[in-house]
Amino acid sequence: MYRETEVIQDLATAGEGDMVINVGPQHPATHGVLHLVITLNGETIKKVEPHLGYIHRSIEKMCESLSYRQFIYVTSRMDYLSAHINNHACAMCVEKGLQVEVPPRAQVIRVLMDELTRIASHELWWGAMAMDLGAFTPFFHAFRERESINDIMEETCGARLTMNYMVPGGVMHDLHPNFQQRVKDFLQLYKRKIHEYDELVTGNIIFQNRMKNIGVLKAEDAISYGCSGPTARGSGVSSDIRKLYPYEIYNKLEFDEVLETGCDSFARYMVRIREMQQSIRIVEQLIDNIPEGDFQAKTKAVLKLPKGEFYTRVETARGELGVYIVSEGGTTPYRIKFRSPGFSNLSVLDHIARGSKIGDLVAMMGTLDLVIPDIDR
Amino acid sequence: MFVIKYIKEVWTAVRSLLKGMKRTLYYFTHHKEIITQQYPDNRDTLVLPERFKGEVVMPHDENNEHRCTGCQACELACPNGTIKVIFKNDLTPEGKKKKAIDKLVYHLELCTMCNLCIEACPSDAIKMAQTFEHSVFDRNQLTKILNKPGSKIMEGVE
Repeated sequence: MYRETEVIQDLATAGEGDMVINVGPQHPATHGVLHLVITLNGETIKKVEPHLGYIHRSIEKMCESLSYRQFIYVTSRMDYLSAHINNHACAMCVEKGLQVEVPPRAQVIRVLMDELTRIASHELWWGAMAMDLGAFTPFFHAFRERESINDIMEETCGARLTMNYMVPGGVMHDLHPNFQQRVKDFLQLYKRKIHEYDELVTGNIIFQNRMKNIGVLKAEDAISYGCSGPTARGSGVSSDIRKLYPYEIYNKLEFDEVLETGCDSFARYMVRIREMQQSIRIVEQLIDNIPEGDFQAKTKAVLKLPKGEFYTRVETARGELGVYIVSEGGTTPYRIKFRSPGFSNLSVLDHIARGSKIGDLVAMMGTLDLVIPDIDR
Repeated sequence: MFVIKYIKEVWTAVRSLLKGMKRTLYYFTHHKEIITQQYPDNRDTLVLPERFKGEVVMPHDENNEHRCTGCQACELACPNGTIKVIFKNDLTPEGKKKKAIDKLVYHLELCTMCNLCIEACPSDAIKMAQTFEHSVFDRNQLTKILNKPGSKIMEGVE
């Protein structure tokens, strides 16, 4: 990973009295196998250098040897916390190439699942980030709500994390008969418990002091580094793909794009907390209005995309995910490229961490919401 | 003015901490709202949903007959090469040779439970089982033969 010569080079560029330390690849605060090489002057960060490749599985290359039905399951393993949304992007890209119209029922099911996934992802982020800052209890509170979403997924899709539920043309199964009731139960539970989040973490004075004016990311920097999702919206950059380039039925739904202008870690935190409520709003609008009909459009057994290039983008829980397929007219893609939100959001870490104390680095990484398999692929 | 601001800050700080402590104390005294389950002890009561994807199995009826025609659709649909169909030649009562499956080899260690083989199967010969405790000491035990020994194809399945 990090060869000896590179360490020496890094030490050579470090000034008098500087120290180079490694955080990761196996570190509890990096939520995975992120390797950061940090140059320190005392406690002040001079440089943060992410070293990638530890969890590289060559997903893009792997997809090129799989057919258009088969490659979708692999993308659940990229951003495993929003697996549904990844699958959705791939399925949409294949549908674009095939010119398939997705039935209205399938569209509604897809959006419902996407939003439930987004809530589950933000719940886990909230618990994990509070744990990074030393509060252990919120983790269990977050997992209580997340567990009920996972149960809904398990019942309808058959798996809790890597569902592989979206297929080209619609969804794999119809909704489970219990689905509507289970979602309504979850909404009630969520509304009864949401105030605990503010009581435990948001209003806490220690938390606020560790978040406010830490990791300041200005709007122009967010744009130039290519940030997207809650990271960019915390700096006041409008970047919600659901609003800017509506897909499926998002243009018929009522929801607000959450924007905060604080530019600091606390603003990014508040964006995600408020985004959960917007997702709840979308689920509430749809849960009683699922149209009847087919859940899957009829497609051929062997899918062949026409020659050309196809690109779709969706808003995952972390930002913009783009799927780019080059087809030569065969049964397997010629080239697949994923534009993952995590990679761009990680690249901004060096910029916002310079000059701050090493104790705040974990808080900044927490608010960027990094999922390492998504960065490395 | 500084003093008043200082006292106000201290007051809000203490109040925010007490607010969180109150929530913690609430759960400390309300044991019924704790939702933890002790996993290996609740095996008898643990019910998994019928769609849960645990492993691929081939259902047999009481006459030891399955529905697999050996069309290899599952083998083609699998992204990981998990399923391998091995053929043999059966003799029909009229004395003709007929192709039938000898073994349907299933590599559980390669399977990602993506459900594509079950979707592809035209005769509903395979389905997902709800088992999930798959750990064994030897990986060879994970290679399974799905059709039972001596089994044959059901009447009327083409």
